[in-house]
Amino acid sequence: MNTRLPHGSIPILSSEKIDVRYVAKLARIALTDDEVERFGTQLADLLTHVDALAQLDIASVSATAQVIESRNVLRDDLPRPGLDRDVVLAQAPASQGGFFRVPRIIAVKGEAS
Amino acid sequence: MSDLLRGTAVQVAAAVNARQASALEVTEAMLAHVEGVEPGVGAYLTRLDESARSHAARVDRRVRSGESLPLAGVPVAVKDNMCLDGTRTTAASKILAGWVSPYTATAVQRIIDAGGIPIGKSNLDEFAMGSSCENSALGITHNPYDPTRVPGGSSGGSAAAVAAHEATIGLGSDTGGSIREPAAFCNLVGFKPTYGRISRYGLIAFASSLDQIGPLTRTVADAALAYEVMAGYDPMDSTSVQRDVETTGKPLPGDLTGVRVGIVREFDLAKLGAEAASLYQRAYGDLQKLGADLVEVALPTAEYGLATYYLIAPAECSSNLSRFDGIRYGLRVEGDDVTQTYEQTRAAGFGPEVKRRILIGTHALSSGYYDAYYVRAQKARTLIARDFAKAFEACDLIACPAASTPAFEFHAKSDPYSMYLMDYYTIPMSLAGLPALSVPCGWITPAGGTVPMPMGLQLTGPLFAERALLGAAHVYEQATRHAGAHAPQIGGAR
Amino acid sequence: MSGTTGAAAAGYEAVIGIECHVELKTQTKMFCGCLNEFGGEPNTKVCPVCLGLPGALPVPNLRAIEHMIRSGLAFEAAIPAFSKFDRKNYFYPDMPKDYQISQYDMPLTQGGVVRYWLEDGTIKECRLVRIHLEEDTGKSTHAGSGDGRIAGSAYSLVDFNRAGVPLMECVSEPDIRSAEEAVAFLEALKRTFVQLGVSDVKMEEGSLRCDANVSIRPIGAHELGTKTEIKNMNSFRSVQRAIDSEIARQVALVTSGGRVIQETRGWDEVHATTHSMRSKEEAHDYRYFPDPDLPPLEVSENTVGWLRVELPESVIRRFTRYTGEYGLNVQQATQLIDNPSLAEYFDACVALSENPAQSVNFVLGDLSRLANETGVAIYASPVVPKHVAELIALLDGKTINSKIAKDLLERMWSGGGSPKAIVEREGLAQTSDPGAVAKFVDQVLAANGDAVAQYRAGKTNVLGFLVGQVMKASGGKADPALVQTMMTQRLA
Ligand SMILES: [Mg+2]
Ligand SMILES: [Zn+2]
Repeated sequence: MNTRLPHGSIPILSSEKIDVRYVAKLARIALTDDEVERFGTQLADLLTHVDALAQLDIASVSATAQVIESRNVLRDDLPRPGLDRDVVLAQAPASQGGFFRVPRIIAVKGEAS
Repeated sequence: MSDLLRGTAVQVAAAVNARQASALEVTEAMLAHVEGVEPGVGAYLTRLDESARSHAARVDRRVRSGESLPLAGVPVAVKDNMCLDGTRTTAASKILAGWVSPYTATAVQRIIDAGGIPIGKSNLDEFAMGSSCENSALGITHNPYDPTRVPGGSSGGSAAAVAAHEATIGLGSDTGGSIREPAAFCNLVGFKPTYGRISRYGLIAFASSLDQIGPLTRTVADAALAYEVMAGYDPMDSTSVQRDVETTGKPLPGDLTGVRVGIVREFDLAKLGAEAASLYQRAYGDLQKLGADLVEVALPTAEYGLATYYLIAPAECSSNLSRFDGIRYGLRVEGDDVTQTYEQTRAAGFGPEVKRRILIGTHALSSGYYDAYYVRAQKARTLIARDFAKAFEACDLIACPAASTPAFEFHAKSDPYSMYLMDYYTIPMSLAGLPALSVPCGWITPAGGTVPMPMGLQLTGPLFAERALLGAAHVYEQATRHAGAHAPQIGGAR
Repeated sequence: MSGTTGAAAAGYEAVIGIECHVELKTQTKMFCGCLNEFGGEPNTKVCPVCLGLPGALPVPNLRAIEHMIRSGLAFEAAIPAFSKFDRKNYFYPDMPKDYQISQYDMPLTQGGVVRYWLEDGTIKECRLVRIHLEEDTGKSTHAGSGDGRIAGSAYSLVDFNRAGVPLMECVSEPDIRSAEEAVAFLEALKRTFVQLGVSDVKMEEGSLRCDANVSIRPIGAHELGTKTEIKNMNSFRSVQRAIDSEIARQVALVTSGGRVIQETRGWDEVHATTHSMRSKEEAHDYRYFPDPDLPPLEVSENTVGWLRVELPESVIRRFTRYTGEYGLNVQQATQLIDNPSLAEYFDACVALSENPAQSVNFVLGDLSRLANETGVAIYASPVVPKHVAELIALLDGKTINSKIAKDLLERMWSGGGSPKAIVEREGLAQTSDPGAVAKFVDQVLAANGDAVAQYRAGKTNVLGFLVGQVMKASGGKADPALVQTMMTQRLA
């Protein structure tokens, strides 16, 4: 799975293939075996409804990401007041010495940035 | 004072501006009423009694100093997915149950600046995902017209609050029908403006390209008033449009002479049952009697709206809701390491509907499926918007049902798809970004029910045609006056 | 022996591509009004937007976008008319929204080429794939392990001051062939970004962070070998050492029958080796999609035209002008280019004096020394380029000699003004009148009989002493060349 088709070609929908465990891993949601089963059935069912889209002739249609076509909505490089650290850290599940404290990070980050 | 609780926002503001009543008096009366009826309604997740009093005192000071405020002293229910500085803001989710927002949403700030008084934070389906309020993790809201039934959703708390006179204006957000459907269920006007008209800054995102804030009110004039207060460009939201907001209302037309109202060929009323079908036929006939020309228009791709929406909205939500990870705020279920912490926090914090949508959205965006699902849905969205644009060459407004049924009983929709079908008539407009509203159009006693329940007529206009839309709805409302036919069982304030 | 030399000896060449992240210099962050400043107390430059609070929305910083376009243009990149922001989805605790706003298939700049030079003056080229705009993450400090490393740490502390700082990611084609070239390439990038004012490019402050993709192949081969990605290089020196070490590792591996596996390797400064950071490439599924919170960008030809016109002379053009037209050596040219205000001062001197050789001598010599001694920058000193040009004219016209010139510079530095005026006022003009010089020569010869005798006895190196005495007697004003000639004649 997970082979991308050449750019521009849209494969036929195939609704029965949803790897719930893989998707839940990407989404960082722990699922019980029961949930994997239940969500698997529900999602597959929903995707069969989505299959109707295969009937639309969309070959030469452009994609709409945003329905109102605005462009270049930008701001000037001017400072604005932010939040007090006390207010921010008061909401943190754990903090220490002005930092957010987080559980140990085991995986190595895939990105330098 | 109970007159004012029954009154419209226009009336309350006029009385407070004229110093016939103080904002504080209105607020106190409202808080007392809320205290009395809230146990039976459950509209609010958080009550704001203290801050309401201080807002009211401030409004009175401003009025005394000579200011005239468009919403002077008007009690407002704020959907709990909108941030209000210093108050708990939960999106009805366990993952945010303890979160106190350190800032205020632009739309809410504009309401406050105009003299509106936030009375409480109202219930919703968790993260605005749902059509009945049953997906709230933090409370149950009853329909004031029949407490055995849902108020609709996701803005069900605001709808129930206004219907039970626990607020004069309810703020809602509409992603696929979340203002219009609860308005129909609760005998209210529910208005979703053109996408981008009202800033989303401070609105907890569900699906960013669809979310739009709007009012739920008892009259069209109140909806117009609240809309005009909130609308307009906000430099904090890049998607808010830089375009003047036309003022509505005065003078509103007396009839609909020459207005071409489109009736959608593909929307088969017979599917709704005979009683509902004749109710909508009567509504179309009333529009015609008011001078409108009925024209048939085609929206051949509208039936793909649901499928399109249930890819785009979950895709966006899967990304928008990633930030709820137990690191900076909200719930944390600590695991052995950070990944386990994420997984356990999100497992415990999100309800099943939110999980379903995150999972399906993640799937739709994942490698290998992106083109088949997400891109295809975006292209279908283009076709749907195009269909509307074409239809609006032949008509000025489109009339159709706001919801498939009247308010249903709790637990009536057990499988997710049957719940999604509730939004069949509202989703296409959301995908096209169009302004649309629901206005009361009559009553139906549901099968097995004992009391009549309200129904909503949906009117849709072209992009940015809010003024024409509100004007037509006002004419219809004034001529038909369906809303006043029955009183709520809870919170009638009489 | 460098990795490259070793590789060549074994019949291999290295193929290197660089990916670097450069923090843009703006007053505020990319999508909010928080200050973009290095350092400070943790979590004090934050707001709802850069903390990813529920409901907050991004609004792009216009200046950052201008910086991007100017950077692209400086490297001859194409600036597409249409560009957009996408979300890159992955979870990491220092990333507030658990997605990064970045650019996927429509970056602000595409292509381009970086021309750079090596120490011997050879000019090289490395093509760019793209430069795209994104937001920086916060910063994690790993605690509880004692050594600050992620592995073995008990927990981490996160500061979001850096979160949301505008970041440009530059991705090169694999056109680089050695560690030395990689460093020279990075230096060229740095010079350009500093010159444009788009970044401070300080590796020690993290405003430049780079990764290198390294592979080897038999010399003459065309297909690419399996590459490894090297991270954790904290200085140009560590870039050089890390790449050399990795090339050597790969060559040793392959020549002993092994196989390079695709992986990410971290540079360990202390042990001077790279080590595997994850043996198996973790599946990345970033689920890029267009950010619905951000309308696309349209860059008009007009805007591009304006920004292009306003670009300063490119670094490589300046280099070829200095080394080619002006005849400066590589080291002089580099020194000037690395100090843009000095280069500008130098250019002004050349423009007025038309004498690059003498100008560079003054600018990099006496003037730089005076600047060092007094702590005043040359361009901020009372010595203006016009005065330097006058001084050069006085020298060229033999009105003064180089010794007087040195003295004059000192006086100009302390506010003396025009050197011409000083010379006229104080009669410092060089004496080239043979009669006057002859008088001094005769005086010295008469007073130094011993030295004259020594010279005549074959000890010709006393000539210098005698000439020096004449210069002294003339108060430094005698034309040294004339003194030399005259003295030699008299002693003959
Ligand atoms: Mg990057
Ligand atoms: Zn910020």
